[in-house]
Amino acid sequence: MTQAELQATANTPTHSPEPGQRKWWEYFTFNTDHKVIGIQYLVTGFFFYLIGGVLASAMRTELATPAPDFVTPELYNGIMTLHGTIMIFMWIIPAGAGFANFLIPLMIGARDMAFPRLNAVAFWIVPPAGILLLTSFFVKPPEAGWTSYPPLSETASKAGEFIWILSVLLFGTASILGAINFLITILKMRIPSMGFNQMPLFCWAMLATSGLILIGTPVLAGALILLAFDIVAGTAFFNPTGGGDPIVYQHMFWFYSHPAVYIMVLPFFGVASEVIPVHSRKPIFGYRAIAYSSLAISFLGLIVWAHHMFTSGTPAWLRMFFMIATMVIAVPTGIKVFSWLATMWGGKIRLNSTMLFAMGFISTFVVGGLTGVMVASVPFDLHVHDTYFVVAHLHYVLFGGSVFGIYAAIYHWFPKMTGRMLNEPWGIVHFVLTYVGFNLTFLPMHELGLLGMPRRVAMYDPQFAHINLICTIGSYLLAVSTIPFLVNAIWSWVAGPKAGDNPWQALTLEWMTTSPPAIENFEILPVLDIGPYDYGMGDRSTEVDVPFSEAKEPVLSAGPSSVLRADPDPSVAVNPSDRQPEE
Amino acid sequence: MQGSTIDPSKTVVNYHHAAAATDSHHEEHHDFRILGLIVFLIAEGMIFMGLFIAYLTFRAVTPNWPPEGTPRLELLLPGINTTILIASSFVIHKADAAVKQNNISGLRTWFIATALMGAVFLGGQLYEYWHLEFGLKTNIFASTFYVLTGFHGLHVTFGLLLILAVLWRSLKPNHYNSEKHFGVEAAEIYWHFVDVVWIILFFLLYIL
Repeated sequence: MTQAELQATANTPTHSPEPGQRKWWEYFTFNTDHKVIGIQYLVTGFFFYLIGGVLASAMRTELATPAPDFVTPELYNGIMTLHGTIMIFMWIIPAGAGFANFLIPLMIGARDMAFPRLNAVAFWIVPPAGILLLTSFFVKPPEAGWTSYPPLSETASKAGEFIWILSVLLFGTASILGAINFLITILKMRIPSMGFNQMPLFCWAMLATSGLILIGTPVLAGALILLAFDIVAGTAFFNPTGGGDPIVYQHMFWFYSHPAVYIMVLPFFGVASEVIPVHSRKPIFGYRAIAYSSLAISFLGLIVWAHHMFTSGTPAWLRMFFMIATMVIAVPTGIKVFSWLATMWGGKIRLNSTMLFAMGFISTFVVGGLTGVMVASVPFDLHVHDTYFVVAHLHYVLFGGSVFGIYAAIYHWFPKMTGRMLNEPWGIVHFVLTYVGFNLTFLPMHELGLLGMPRRVAMYDPQFAHINLICTIGSYLLAVSTIPFLVNAIWSWVAGPKAGDNPWQALTLEWMTTSPPAIENFEILPVLDIGPYDYGMGDRSTEVDVPFSEAKEPVLSAGPSSVLRADPDPSVAVNPSDRQPEE
Repeated sequence: MQGSTIDPSKTVVNYHHAAAATDSHHEEHHDFRILGLIVFLIAEGMIFMGLFIAYLTFRAVTPNWPPEGTPRLELLLPGINTTILIASSFVIHKADAAVKQNNISGLRTWFIATALMGAVFLGGQLYEYWHLEFGLKTNIFASTFYVLTGFHGLHVTFGLLLILAVLWRSLKPNHYNSEKHFGVEAAEIYWHFVDVVWIILFFLLYIL
């Protein structure tokens, strides 16, 4: 077989002439197809995101004025608790699981996950868990925040707290079952030609995430079981009057919940590593550095939990260890950030909504990362602990990091998931509103925190009123920013322009099949003959230099950046220069 | 790695391999299921690990351990119980060896023996609960004692159900044979896991 013949076979998009497609109602059933499950996760997650967003707007409305005039302080506590719990457990983590479900088998050339039925079971636990959580509004919602620290969680609104525990336990089970699937799929189901170092970086990120879920989540389950005994059976594990110790709960809780931060953000590190090379038309800078730094983050993430407890009577020598270990995490994270920047450097950047969200992700996440290093330092943390500085920090990580990452991923893979393009101008409107609204909401909170405004309280000192009003206005802008996206997504799903197989001229395997992919993904299993990020490695551009008539011919000199791999469909390509009629 | 030149010989081989895999993609992933179970047991182990460390922490921060007024734990019955449970791990391994030689009646005999030993363990556990002089809420030691042993007992019960399910399925002719015996292996691995957890638990609660 000559080189030319080889490329002609290897690069042929591997889809069947009559791809089997899913019917719309199949998305509402117990379906074992990883693509259906992925979309189910994402849509369910987004639904809960809207609910969590409404709760957030209610909180900001309450905080627009210093007095508790919109809701009662107790209800405010409930809204605050459910906002946090829903955003973390019902939106960001399921969204990560959704992309992982949709993308991992496609990226590694598998036909499905290792355990498809288990996968469906894992998903179908999530909606009941979410609905169960919302039912706590009918009794009296839990008031102790998403952390549920005793003794408050053991004294205030016990019924709501118990529902909260059940819901989080259910959710944790789903999360663990999902992680088993991701781990074994990535380890065992790759096409034969794909070694670990040819894996797309999203898979590396999910490998690291799954490890964290498997090690961390069970410990949270243990803590919640003990907490449930305290609430229901009257034991005193976390109650000092009965000989217990509330600090033990904090340790067990943060042993999961600090890694949970990485569970929430690592998948979107992976997304950034996918999106940025595609839209910068350059190879990723430092593939191995990014891949292995994910593993380093997950390992370090497991040994830093007590930095949440600097004010909980943690002894000084222990605080020292956790402070240094925490700051060390900035190193692998910094490696990633610099690698993304170096990938963009000198690239032919397409400033479309995907890339804008990815760049927004980096810029806001860096702010969150820097404030993270600040609060890791003990003296600074003692000053800002439980103030709005922490609120600002965590939202820069979880919104600026995870949610911007989720949006980048949605804009990037929507064409693959639905077969249709999202509207680009409205995507940019969505980005601008989100970016401005986000920073308007959370940037002033740093100031509030430094001035000493405590978090999780419905009323505050009138001196903070002006800055809080700015935050509230920003939060409304943020709420409004969802509308163009929603309309765009629904409209494009139904009537958007057809996307073609590979609208972004990307090289990873998910773009080598139809959009949306056929039921078993690939007609014949694809063969990898260039790396996932080999953009523009030859001396020709994939977009302008090679006319399509020539590109159809296997060219001996095409090299690793063969245009055949990234073959835009000329009738529907997004890029106008690709939209030339085929002769 | 990425960017490397194409190695035609290797790619062609892979291509044929891939084409061959197309026909058989509905095969059962026997080895994956065992691997999946092991990964699941790692997660399970982490729950116990969390609870053990919580126990050790309570123990470390309480001035007198066990708190005053806790009666000494009787060692005889739990000791016998422990011996039975450890022995059952060897018994269930005999069943695995039997099924690998296509000896289904041997599989059934050893599984019934394991199930009986598991049931005796659970009975002994309940008997001990019945006769203990402290209740769930007596003090922090009593609470951790009941939660840890109870949570483990729940796992023994589940393992027992797994064994009974395998026994039920082994009644169907040729459901298990020397080639195909995932259920048997899964029940065995789970039983060993429950056993190992008990050894740690026994050491922490009764000996330490």
